[in-house]
Amino acid sequence: MIQQLVMYEEELTQINSICEILHRDSNARAVLVIDKNGQAIAQAGDVQELDVTSLSSLTAGNVAATGGIAQLLAEKEFAGQFHEGEKTNVHISIVAARVILVVLFDERSSLGLVRLRVRKAANELANVLDVMVKKSASGSGQPSVFSEITDDDIDNLFND
Amino acid sequence: MSFINYSSREINCKIVYYGPGLCGKTTNLQYIYNKTNPEAKGKMISLATETERTLFFDFLPLSLGEIRGFKTRFHLYTVPGQVFYDASRKLILKGVDGVVYVGDSQMERMEANIESLENLSSNLQEQGYDLNKLPYVVQYNKRDLPNAISMAELEEALNPTKVPSFEAVAPKGIGVFDTLKAVAKLVLTELRKGG
Repeated sequence: MIQQLVMYEEELTQINSICEILHRDSNARAVLVIDKNGQAIAQAGDVQELDVTSLSSLTAGNVAATGGIAQLLAEKEFAGQFHEGEKTNVHISIVAARVILVVLFDERSSLGLVRLRVRKAANELANVLDVMVKKSASGSGQPSVFSEITDDDIDNLFND
Repeated sequence: MSFINYSSREINCKIVYYGPGLCGKTTNLQYIYNKTNPEAKGKMISLATETERTLFFDFLPLSLGEIRGFKTRFHLYTVPGQVFYDASRKLILKGVDGVVYVGDSQMERMEANIESLENLSSNLQEQGYDLNKLPYVVQYNKRDLPNAISMAELEEALNPTKVPSFEAVAPKGIGVFDTLKAVAKLVLTELRKGG
């Protein structure tokens, strides 16, 4: 039973654009969109020096653990988290129960500004995700290349 | 839940190593990490206690190469094996695409093996998965120890559905890549069915 999440060019362009605008409007250092299983979806800003893969996995683990705490306390979920560092702060929010929106910011911004801008971006992101999930479920958008994968294709991956 | 990105032409899959405490799940990942080319791997993360027992999970991102123009990326996770970390194990199974069950070949760990396997099955069920339908392989680790019991006994107790199984000595790498390749193949085959 594998439920696939499929990302097409159109939705990724929209998500990237939401990240860019959020990055600019919140004076953030970087913005990341991560799926709840820890896969990086999109990013904007100063990400060259970041280990996005590790950040994504750990953030998803953190959100999952916090979700576990919420359940124990009979809360639906904790929609947001904030980590305050000496230089870098991290604002984490769950969007549409599906993806995690992460904003890294420093003294050039403030928690209030980030919260304000995140709210708007999260609404827009939720709309794009809705379309994306419907497309993934219906399999529309583009024909799948995976139905054509042969045993040889799979074996070739391991011939090293 | 595999994640297919048509835009960046990537397939991302999640594989979880499950098994009782001290069976060698982290050792499997460490061996894979040490023997993989730097360009094919990311940083290995271990959220462990001061005594190197896994507290939450280990994480290792791997690139296996391209298939029909798509980069295949596998995210390998281990769970904490100790019984009282069950809440954490459930979280890590979320969105899993393939499972490796690592059993400990030592006679005195058989009870722990069986308990862990039952725990895997019930935790998967809770998430809506069925172990019999999921890409799944078994590894019998610590085959080099003098108190290791026979393969036939292990198979009977831990592999009733006769999924692919492998003998291993994880610190020396014996069976480690065979196990990984087998589960990766099953995951990709499943992806083809779904595609």
